[in-house]
Amino acid sequence: MASEHFARPAPPAQVPMAPVPYEVRSQTAETDDTATLVLAPADGTHVPPARPGQFNMVYVFGVGEAAISLSGDASDSTVIVHTVRAAGRITEAIVRASAGQALGVRGPYGRGWPMDLARGKDVVLMAGGLGLPPLRPVLYEMLRHREQYGRIEVMLGARTPKDLVYYPEIQSWRHRADLRFQVTVDAAGRDWYGDVGLVTARIPDARFEPANTVAFLCGPEIMMKNSARDLEARGVPATAIWLSMERNMKCAVALCGHCQYGPDFVCRDGPVFRYREIRDRLSCREV
Amino acid sequence: MTAPAVGDHLRMDRRDFSTFLAALQSSGYRVVGPTIRDGAIVYGDIRAETDLPIGWTERQEAGTYRLERRADAALFGYVVGPHSWKKYLFPAHERLWTARREGTSFAVTPEPVDETRYAFVGMRACEIAALDVTDKVFLGGVRDPGYEARRTRALRIAVQCGQAGGTCFCVSMGTGPGVTHGYDLSLTEVLEGSRHEFLIAVGSEAGAAVLASVPVQSAGPDLDRTAERIVSTTAASMGRTMETVGLRDLLLSQPDHPAWDRVAKRCLSCTNCTMACPTCFCHTTEEVPSLEADQTERWRRWDSCFNLEFTKLHTASVRTSGMSRYRQWLTHKLGSWHDQFGMSGCVGCGRCITWCPVGIDITEEVSALRTPAPRAAVGAPR
Repeated sequence: MASEHFARPAPPAQVPMAPVPYEVRSQTAETDDTATLVLAPADGTHVPPARPGQFNMVYVFGVGEAAISLSGDASDSTVIVHTVRAAGRITEAIVRASAGQALGVRGPYGRGWPMDLARGKDVVLMAGGLGLPPLRPVLYEMLRHREQYGRIEVMLGARTPKDLVYYPEIQSWRHRADLRFQVTVDAAGRDWYGDVGLVTARIPDARFEPANTVAFLCGPEIMMKNSARDLEARGVPATAIWLSMERNMKCAVALCGHCQYGPDFVCRDGPVFRYREIRDRLSCREV
Repeated sequence: MTAPAVGDHLRMDRRDFSTFLAALQSSGYRVVGPTIRDGAIVYGDIRAETDLPIGWTERQEAGTYRLERRADAALFGYVVGPHSWKKYLFPAHERLWTARREGTSFAVTPEPVDETRYAFVGMRACEIAALDVTDKVFLGGVRDPGYEARRTRALRIAVQCGQAGGTCFCVSMGTGPGVTHGYDLSLTEVLEGSRHEFLIAVGSEAGAAVLASVPVQSAGPDLDRTAERIVSTTAASMGRTMETVGLRDLLLSQPDHPAWDRVAKRCLSCTNCTMACPTCFCHTTEEVPSLEADQTERWRRWDSCFNLEFTKLHTASVRTSGMSRYRQWLTHKLGSWHDQFGMSGCVGCGRCITWCPVGIDITEEVSALRTPAPRAAVGAPR
């Protein structure tokens, strides 16, 4: 198959498991518990090439490391961008990192989104909550080469308006005429004029030609499962729907066994999977 | 006779075993093999042949392991204990790197290469097969530096099994009891009447080199035939069997089979099976900072898919039920292992059966899964 997704990128040439020092250039709060970090190699070199959908292991000295998706512009070789939610001891320490501090990075790892399969097609991007950061590099890439894609429909769901990351950027995307960016929240106060409800409820409104569409989904498993089901019901082939899976990861190089997902290691064979390949697993609990 | 060479079949008198051990030691190997500790035959350092479990055997059943005296003075008259060679190649606790603060940044120093040259004395056929499996895991993709360093230096001295254990099923898994490959030296202990000697097959130059200073003679067809008879007698007395035809598909296609719930009611999620298994490779990482916080170490430690935290994501684990964790272990070991590594993850050594505190038997569980699941009655309450 010709897709770059199927070519397993060579793992980075470095001692496996040894983080490389990066300097925090900036830390920007996104929500109460989420921040975006811009990092540059401490030794002034370029960042290793990465593809949208790949991830790094981000390390805090003396604390530990966590798998974090790349959420910046993949064409920028000077910095890497990570948007992190404080969900545990390690991610709390990453979110608290301040400009000038050193963090460790190793990666990038995994298979990203099959960008080449999306060329010439209508594109549906569906994100749930922090599922947006791993899809942002896709959007950057597509908007840079806008003429190579058909319609671009983005559907974002969040718990509440306060949980929306990249709020100013979302505003600018929503003002563009060359894509549609729908936002819906589970619950909101009277100051929210947008949609309230599940992100899947936005699918009927989205305009795309199902047989000629590629869909990238990232968010909670149940959100991806239901979105994929509804997209397929609208006629998008199960082979054209792609999901970014999440599992516990310690090594990121298919040695530690934590991210086993059926026959796959999510760190190496994913995190992006074709819906058709994992549909059975998605319908089975606790895989 | 001429110097021992690869492919030779040689004869060594039992009385020269000490000379053989001394030859290993003087060749610079750290000799490890079976010793008796805490009522079990476990792998440890061998300084002299008296460290070996001479005249001992063990009785194994599901959830049961007892040492017993043999009527003879066999050196290798047992099967396998709770340890496997992975404890040397993939230690239960291993430092990966050390990092030190340097100004606002830090510098990482990888763990130096472990240059220990182990001589593994007494590798069983199933354990050679387990080595094939862990080689695939640790060297087949991203190569694990620690495993590779120790593995490439290790001398594999196999001993063909002269008896089968109560929980053994290597014949079913196609891994034993005969040693067919993957050895530097392969021994067969022959103990008949007053005759006590070893047949030695030379598998590598490194193995041949060790024998240069050991009194050995050509074995002759008689000894070869005796060794073959010993192995076939062992093969005929396996304690367990497992039907492997179609096993991968059987396991992966039945996530809702009631047998999973039944075994989960017994399983304690104690992780014993995964610790004793010679191929279970899962591990976690630990950060160990110094009190002054100017230095820190990254360690890895054996982990188990039976631990609740193993699949922890954010606030909850993916596999919360004991059922899903047992199902993960068995479907991986006997099923999706084939997809990942082109082979089964099970070598039929029986350790998981023997060392399960409640006696869960992997061969029985496979049989249970081969029994078609009863169809749920239409409309029946669930």
